[in-house]
Amino acid sequence: MTQYFELACPSRPENVGLCRVAVATFAANLGFTLPEIEEIKVAVSEAVSNVVVHAYPGVEGLIGLRCQDSGDGIVISVRDEGVGIADVAQARQASFSTDPERMGLGFVFMESFSDEFSVESALGKGTRIEMRKRREAPAEGA
Amino acid sequence: MLEGAGKPVQIAIKRQGRTATARLSGEFDLKAAPQVREQLDGLIDAGMQRIVIDLRQVRFLDSSGLGVLLGRYRRLSERGGSIYLVTAAEGSVRTVLEMSGVRQVMPLLASESEVPRA
Repeated sequence: MTQYFELACPSRPENVGLCRVAVATFAANLGFTLPEIEEIKVAVSEAVSNVVVHAYPGVEGLIGLRCQDSGDGIVISVRDEGVGIADVAQARQASFSTDPERMGLGFVFMESFSDEFSVESALGKGTRIEMRKRREAPAEGA
Repeated sequence: MLEGAGKPVQIAIKRQGRTATARLSGEFDLKAAPQVREQLDGLIDAGMQRIVIDLRQVRFLDSSGLGVLLGRYRRLSERGGSIYLVTAAEGSVRTVLEMSGVRQVMPLLASESEVPRA
């Protein structure tokens, strides 16, 4: 069986750190380097923060996190069952945010720190983000 | 490797005249953002004109933390003040700061001694 884990928790700010640490631990067990893990932590933090801030206006809902060993790296998915994103292309642009205290850089960091990145969203149904990151190839002779 | 993971943000503030230094440690994310925002807004409301934010002991920073920094920059610059960020030369906090472009409006310094004299 392929190594994986799933985590479900309420969309609360304190659970951003929980998800981040869980994925970092999983990535460390897969052999990612410390700099790679730092990038993964930022990407996960952005995806989960988006759920907390945007997915469930005024109420709490589900954060669904899944990580899987892809053989050459990690696949991370973060999903919610919230309001969805009206215009995904617009949301992915730098400096776009519906919240003046946020910089609109969440998607930029997710994309920058992943090798592959995708967003699926349906209004009133929710959003699912998937990020794939490959391990740095081990040094020759290592 | 996971040292400091989940460590709540802590803020130590020192004031000298109209200059304040805020030394942050821990993880500066969505959970920490309200606390840091409140502390820094308190300095702005108290009339501080220069705020030095020392991030060298911050182990994690994402766009939620960046948003707080940029928001305080906007508030203070409207009053003619300045914010200086002190960061380590490398590491994920520095990478996030560099990628965000905040250095275009807030200088990134290696130590508090690099802050220009008032």
